[in-house]
Amino acid sequence: MNEPVFIAGTGIISAIGNNVAACLDALQNSRAGMGPMKYLRSAHQQRLPVAEVKLSNEELAALAGLPAVKSRTALLSLVAAKEALSRSGITDVKAWRTGFISANSVGGMDKTENFFNQFLADNRKGRLRDVINHECGSVTELAADALGIKDYISTISTACSSSANSIFLGARLIKNGILDVVVAGGTDSLTRFTLNGFNTLMIVDEQFCQPFDEHRRGLNLGEGAGYVVLVSDKVAATLPDKPGITLSGYCNANDAYHQTASSPEGTGSYLAMSGALKKSGLQPSDIDYINLHGTGTQNNDIAEGTAIKRLFGPHFPKMSSTKTFTGHTLGASGGIEAVFSVMALEHSIVFPNLRLQTPMKDLPFVPVTEVQQNVEMKHVLSNSFGFGGNCSSLIFSKV
Amino acid sequence: MDKLISDLKSQIVTQLNLQDIKPEDIGDDQPLFVEGLGLDSIDALELIVLLQQQYKIKLSNADEGPKVFRTVRTMAEYITAHQAQNS
Amino acid sequence: MSTNTYINADCVITGNRIYKNGRPVFDDQAAAAPDFLVSAYRHFDLQYPKFYKMDHTSRLGWLANELLLQEGFQKEKYRPEEVGIVLSNSNSSLDTDIRYYETVQSIPSPALFVYTLPNIVIGEISICHGFKGENAFFVSEQFDTGFIEQYVNGLVNNNILQACICGWVEWLGNDYRAALFLVEKMKTANSVIFTAENLNKIYQIENG
Repeated sequence: MNEPVFIAGTGIISAIGNNVAACLDALQNSRAGMGPMKYLRSAHQQRLPVAEVKLSNEELAALAGLPAVKSRTALLSLVAAKEALSRSGITDVKAWRTGFISANSVGGMDKTENFFNQFLADNRKGRLRDVINHECGSVTELAADALGIKDYISTISTACSSSANSIFLGARLIKNGILDVVVAGGTDSLTRFTLNGFNTLMIVDEQFCQPFDEHRRGLNLGEGAGYVVLVSDKVAATLPDKPGITLSGYCNANDAYHQTASSPEGTGSYLAMSGALKKSGLQPSDIDYINLHGTGTQNNDIAEGTAIKRLFGPHFPKMSSTKTFTGHTLGASGGIEAVFSVMALEHSIVFPNLRLQTPMKDLPFVPVTEVQQNVEMKHVLSNSFGFGGNCSSLIFSKV
Repeated sequence: MDKLISDLKSQIVTQLNLQDIKPEDIGDDQPLFVEGLGLDSIDALELIVLLQQQYKIKLSNADEGPKVFRTVRTMAEYITAHQAQNS
Repeated sequence: MSTNTYINADCVITGNRIYKNGRPVFDDQAAAAPDFLVSAYRHFDLQYPKFYKMDHTSRLGWLANELLLQEGFQKEKYRPEEVGIVLSNSNSSLDTDIRYYETVQSIPSPALFVYTLPNIVIGEISICHGFKGENAFFVSEQFDTGFIEQYVNGLVNNNILQACICGWVEWLGNDYRAALFLVEKMKTANSVIFTAENLNKIYQIENG
């Protein structure tokens, strides 16, 4: 039960790069991924910047080895999951009891909304194959089939904490001896559905977002996918490079305050972070870096900041929101930020919270604003908080 | 103004699905949020939609919300001022 | 280490009928599906105006949970973070996705958009009762009772939760079903052992 769960590999695709190396390079050089909309078609094209993956569906499909008619959500998922597996050193998923736990919140909505336009105009029009993979679970199955994973497949949909939850479900399945290897994380593609929705909530920034800034105006939406390959001690011992990082703590809690807003005191965030610390047996002072949820909305940043103030004060770890690079990738964010957290530990680097000009006056700490290299780190905390009050925190530790 | 206030009360009840509340139960100067009718941030956004749908007034800055939507009367005053501007 | 856990209450809502602990407690065959929920809300004299603002899935889940916890559940025995919720369905929030999409043609509705995620129903129940424990929403083709048994037992046996509300909540068009279960460690006079088999039996109550 208390055997460690190792991170054997990571894979990612986001607005700042199509793989781990490209993302690391962008993070080290403070290159953000937001810009004018290029691939998504929307009435807000001129007004709202987004953080798109810089590939068309055809280019993505070629990378993924799937036809381009499949949902972009599934294509992103497969590209990142394949990279994670190939970097893990596991050559044959069938050699172990292997699971694929992938989160998403939009499913095949990108295809569905194109179908809808034609179909509404004339109900004999529109290709039905565009909607058959609409539901969230279907996106997972498309990728699982392509990866050849059969033993265990699951889809979690708990808004923006989805893929953090899939990572810790994966860890539990390994700890309980049900699986040996789990590819866990999440994916989401940009759709008009989500962009319009967040726009009606008036929390989309018309400029590049400024999380944890006193004058923050909201979030930028992004897309992408991020996965970690979790393995048991037994599997780790067989790998050519023994993994050096574990998932040491995790916790989920409900804020129980509002469907979409966080409670002002950040109760859910506090419970998730303190629960993850308890699980890992660490003290707040052991945490070297927090990858913040840090969306850039008024509500999230003050709630998350207040919870951090209560839990960590007066000695604060280094912190930053990498959503300043990738935008908010919703159901993928926990997976993408898990990959960044592992990168931070592997490369002893703290990523900057870009564009921070005026620190929030109600918080006693300031996130890191410049890249910091050669930072000795043992434990990194990653936060993911979602609508519906679903709050999760993960802790990654060097062995 | 009285007609506008009474129209607004009915529209608010419909738009926000306040099924257990009768329009006439809402006081002209009763606070709509928190301690008053207990509306929340999503209701505020729906009130913005209401202004747009019924009165063709676009409130593009959410920060204006608390002032405009304080009571039914402040909403009516805002609408009157903006309709005057538009005509 | 694995001890028995028990289903101490269940509530099933389907086909315009509500069953509590296996007994039909309300029926209104005349109502259209969405009106049925309002009819039940009034029948049980529930007082939670927010009910009217919820989408169909949340109304259904919230209502089933109210009836599930009526008589018997002793909330004061637990700390808020000891009570959690694990739900699943097959269509996520599709019913509301469609209704939201229809508003996009004119002015997109923020009140509908906030319900375009399946786990909002968990949020609504948690808000209503102040439950702060672990919560998760799984999307699977069928009600995977084996998985739910394993997952919820994991939470309860590892003392992550002391009580868990779990089950299935789905609404699409006029088609709906909720089956909620209250799982606890203590045994009462009416306890049923928490197993996949018992979940299945109760879930398909109208056939049993």
